[in-house]
Amino acid sequence: MFLASLADLSRLQFALTAMYHWLFVPLTLGLGFIIAIMETFYVRSGNEFWKRTTKFWMNIFAINFAIGIATGIILEFQFGTNWSNYSWFVGDIFGAPLAIEGILAFFLESTFFAIMFFGWNKVSKNAHLISTWLVAIGTNLSALWILVANAWMQYPVGMAFNPDSARNEMVNFWAVLFSPVAINKFIHTITNGYVLAAIVVIGISSWYLLHKREEEFARKSIKTSAIFGLVSLLVLIWSGDGSSVQVAKKQPMKLAAMEGLYKGQKGTPIIVAGILNPGKSAKDIADNPIKYESEDAFIFKISVPQGLSLLVDRKTNTFVPGIEDILKGGYTYLDKDGVPKIAPPIEERMAKGKLAVEGLALYQKARLAGDEEGKGLAYSQLMDNFDHFGYGYIEKPTDVIPNVPLTFYAFHIMIMLGVYFLLFFIITLYMEKKAIISKHRWFLYLAIISIPLVYICSQAGWIVAEVGRQPWTIQDLLPVGAAVSGINPNAVRTTMLLFFILFTALLIAELGIIFKVIKKGPGA
Amino acid sequence: MLNILQQYWWVIVSLLGALLVFLMFVQGGQSLLFGTVKSKEEKTLLINALGHKWELTFTTLVTFGGAIFASFPLYYSTSFGGAYWLWMTILFLFVIQAVSYEFRSKAGNFLGAKTYETFLFLNGMFGTILIGVAVGTFFTGGAFIMNKSSITNTLQPTISYWTNNYHGLEAITNPFNMLMGIVVYFAARTLGLLYIIMQIDFEPLAKKAKNQIKITGPAFVLAFVALLLSLFTMTGYHVNPENGFISAVRYKYLFNMTELIWPFIMLFTGVLLVLGGLANTLFGKGKGSFYITGTGVVLAVWSLLICAAFNNTAFFVSTVDIQNSLTLQNSSSSEFTLKVMAYASLMIPFVLAYIVYVWRAMTKVKMSNEDLLKPDTHKY
Repeated sequence: MFLASLADLSRLQFALTAMYHWLFVPLTLGLGFIIAIMETFYVRSGNEFWKRTTKFWMNIFAINFAIGIATGIILEFQFGTNWSNYSWFVGDIFGAPLAIEGILAFFLESTFFAIMFFGWNKVSKNAHLISTWLVAIGTNLSALWILVANAWMQYPVGMAFNPDSARNEMVNFWAVLFSPVAINKFIHTITNGYVLAAIVVIGISSWYLLHKREEEFARKSIKTSAIFGLVSLLVLIWSGDGSSVQVAKKQPMKLAAMEGLYKGQKGTPIIVAGILNPGKSAKDIADNPIKYESEDAFIFKISVPQGLSLLVDRKTNTFVPGIEDILKGGYTYLDKDGVPKIAPPIEERMAKGKLAVEGLALYQKARLAGDEEGKGLAYSQLMDNFDHFGYGYIEKPTDVIPNVPLTFYAFHIMIMLGVYFLLFFIITLYMEKKAIISKHRWFLYLAIISIPLVYICSQAGWIVAEVGRQPWTIQDLLPVGAAVSGINPNAVRTTMLLFFILFTALLIAELGIIFKVIKKGPGA
Repeated sequence: MLNILQQYWWVIVSLLGALLVFLMFVQGGQSLLFGTVKSKEEKTLLINALGHKWELTFTTLVTFGGAIFASFPLYYSTSFGGAYWLWMTILFLFVIQAVSYEFRSKAGNFLGAKTYETFLFLNGMFGTILIGVAVGTFFTGGAFIMNKSSITNTLQPTISYWTNNYHGLEAITNPFNMLMGIVVYFAARTLGLLYIIMQIDFEPLAKKAKNQIKITGPAFVLAFVALLLSLFTMTGYHVNPENGFISAVRYKYLFNMTELIWPFIMLFTGVLLVLGGLANTLFGKGKGSFYITGTGVVLAVWSLLICAAFNNTAFFVSTVDIQNSLTLQNSSSSEFTLKVMAYASLMIPFVLAYIVYVWRAMTKVKMSNEDLLKPDTHKY
């Protein structure tokens, strides 16, 4: 179908560009603060060692920052080029954080970036230090606004549907800004950046120790980063726990996919590790129910009894719905106002969604005809069913299931690596305190290997967040198929290929430059 | 109130557009690579002098995009989603710029310095022209249809569709758009040359720039006059504020200027400043020419963009069905959102203040080869 293939291609292009962008942004988020802390040491102590150290990491920051900007501009404009229907349908809400991001954050970072890099000889020490802190704050403020926008897509609040303009409009800015999902997402994402940056600094510093170079530089960099990383990771874990509670309430299908949970129960176990059975597919619920029932969800699993219930509701006997339960409905859940309700089956939501879409069409017709009574009736039909609006575009119930293996494995890789990094930071700090870090080559190798691992962890987090919420661009309101631009799929194929070639070439160039800078070392 | 907010936001978006054209002096400077600026020494000086400012231009472009998305989402949706190839080409040209300054002279870079210099040249040359072409569509429109009820058609719910397969590339073939592109290019190049004269302490390069501006400056003025003649004699589209009906009006943009007056005063002042700035360089000592000409460019572009939408004018005309055209009224965000953003926009003077502070701190002293050799210099 035209829409399906265009939507898939547009998703793929957005995923490609977003994941490339996300290779560079986390390091910028965290390294900015690490540099600012180091420069603070320099300004307070006057010790040239800290200036040299600051400038080395600043060099890495600049290379990374440039490619982050290059990959970032595409994302903003892609909302218009590839998701034009989305841009109109929710632009009234989504656009505002982007505009505020530009005015308040981008100018802050780009303006003071000039002083941070070119102003060593042109402004006082304190003015330079303030600029460095402002760049770090600016990069994090940028993240705030775009994450507020992203969180709103996962949990739309603070808006009302306007049938005259046929779009959603913001009615409460503070509800959008301080949505619990937005706050949690912001904390979780930026601390992810801090942890990533800390591990990159520790990994690179370990390379120096392995080659018996720059011992003081490396050890002090490791110490600073390990403390920064450990504190950040603790906050990251705390916010991850908060995320799971929110996902359970607001995006139960995503949680079910994250856990490979097909059928819920009271006291649902949590999967610690497992291999999904490729023969088990939720699509078989309708197409081949005998096969569906006969297949186990897992080939292998390690689980903790009642763990998932405890995680998402702090109670051991809470019912957590699985994919099948969500499709069939009938379980009790709490709505936005905290009122217990019985979940309708997806088919019923699809029927109500179609009524909502039809209500809007009737409203528009009555408005043009000047039929006030017809308008009133159509409005009631629309608003009575509006919570299901997006389901009006869904063709079959199983279309609301995201890619289960991708979401499941990404989630578990992220969690396992998160636990590993906790141990890693603790060991790093212990070894640094005992001054034995240089003697243990296995640890230095481990630290270097941890660099790609932390990138995998970070990307996995995005996959969970974004693949897990499919097929929705706006949860329950607008599926991807209805959000795309009216363009030729071949145009998207071409631009996607061009982005892939260009970004890959730039990534190779960036890595080549960074490796050279590292090889030269801070003394260069 | 909504009406005032729509106009307020068009003024802000237009100001960002005007500032972007001014700040594209960076692109204008880049377009001198390979031609006027050939030697390694000159290239390094030019790229480092421009390199202190490129991010400001880039940020203004991104903020312009964000502001227009937030305040006029239907324009964002219709133009970007329809004129796909025009905008994608512009984006590619800016992506390649963003890495070029930082990567160009770094060791280990497998593409080589010349590749990045070519990227900068392409961005400087074609980025300016194509942005001008895109600005031109505010006056010439696009081949789209728009229907807010499309969302109720579950099989084809997109609000607007482009009706040809060129998806924006056809805008290049419109003479007015192309003229606008050439004007933006010449404006950027003129300002780039003035920036070199002001900021680079290297006599051979300053001499070349002074020679170059004798051609580029008058070319800019002539192209701009041609643009004004073309604009003031073209047909624009009036929107009836009572019922939204759109109709063609000859000399619409000339009437907008004469009926509103204040954009005309802005334009007139802008033109005088541009001429004054250029005359100061060509016949005088040239002190402050960059800022005088730059202010003139900002005022002139700002007035033209205001003229594109004010006085009940459709600012993005559908060449397929003029009743589908976009106006301030039918394409804006809600009153609530515009109001929220208006509060956020109160920060703009503060933002401008720190930009001015940093700009002054960084341009107090001209850049020379000796500066680039200092130990604490971050060299591009």
